[in-house]
Amino acid sequence: MPPMKRLDALRAVYDRLGDSAVVTIMGAVAAELQSIGHRPNFFYLQHAMGLASSVGLGIALSKPAVPVVVFDGDGSLLMNLGGLSTLARYKPANLIHVVFDNESLLSVGGFPTATGTCTRLAEVAAASGVPRTACATTIDEFVTEFTAAQSAGELTTLVAKVDAVGPAAFVTDLGLLENRFQFQRYLQAR
Amino acid sequence: MSNHEIAKSPDPKIRYHPAVPVSAANSQIVFDALKTNGVRMMSALPETWLVHLIRLADDDPDVTLVRLAKEEEGVGISMGAHFAGVKSAMLMQNHGFLAAINGIVSGAQLYRIPLLMLISDRGTFGERDPWQTEGGAVTESVLSALRIPIMRLDDPARVAHRIKQALTLAYSSNKPVAVLLTRDLMWEDA
Repeated sequence: MPPMKRLDALRAVYDRLGDSAVVTIMGAVAAELQSIGHRPNFFYLQHAMGLASSVGLGIALSKPAVPVVVFDGDGSLLMNLGGLSTLARYKPANLIHVVFDNESLLSVGGFPTATGTCTRLAEVAAASGVPRTACATTIDEFVTEFTAAQSAGELTTLVAKVDAVGPAAFVTDLGLLENRFQFQRYLQAR
Repeated sequence: MSNHEIAKSPDPKIRYHPAVPVSAANSQIVFDALKTNGVRMMSALPETWLVHLIRLADDDPDVTLVRLAKEEEGVGISMGAHFAGVKSAMLMQNHGFLAAINGIVSGAQLYRIPLLMLISDRGTFGERDPWQTEGGAVTESVLSALRIPIMRLDDPARVAHRIKQALTLAYSSNKPVAVLLTRDLMWEDA
């Protein structure tokens, strides 16, 4: 099987995000999801690296009836590994924590992260106490695991190994504050 | 008195050693003011001066206490809670504030989040722990450099009014505000 591209993985689950509050990390993930099509239920945390999972936890605890999906990355998660233990401590059943692991800090120049040589994030999540963890290396596996996580009703960290490729540019025409206030209005109506 | 002097009681219901002279009465006043003003989520990292506040939050069924691994996570959690319509506060030591700065700048400030930070102001006049003194010397300067409004809580009689004012400003400006918990308020043998 050819390696998975993150953009293809996002496309493959895009139609399953309609009901969820979605939080992404900065850079390539945000730009790629927007390239498929922005929706009011998508929030792109364009900085504050590492905190996407914390934002997702804040939403999940505040709105237990709203499904929350966080699209995290290996570089971001490594900046907030302690946050994984906080997620696990509160185990919000309505949160799916997807980690796109391209073994690289792609958006800032492509420097290799430790997940390419030694650190296995799904095992870190499991050892932190996240009740469900899964790995995917192909689109089929990713869709299967994402779908399973949506019906599991249990906090899941899903690590998807993806190619270290991304879009040519990261700045989009969606203003940061426009996105933030639109997302807040969406969530408060839920 | 220092952190390592907090002894765990063999009785699990008594979690903090009564010999620590943190003001339980003033902690209750601070907690009541937060609740009266609608704060329903508190994120915290343990710190001697905060023991009673954290216990009060933990024991209150109307308040969600989120125990953090590092203070910066609390910024993300407060962002998510705000988007979801829940009023939150961060309880931390000034060194925790220093550890949270990137999240405050590139999360709460970039995205205009009304973030209430209650910061125990260690390392100022009267401090006996040598390791707190550097942080105490820079806290207000750093807050000022970040253009974060500061309110000091020293008189129990004015706590409720000042916390109300702090929240009012946070929400009208959509920005972080800092409430400094001082030695005079929190420490009974100051």
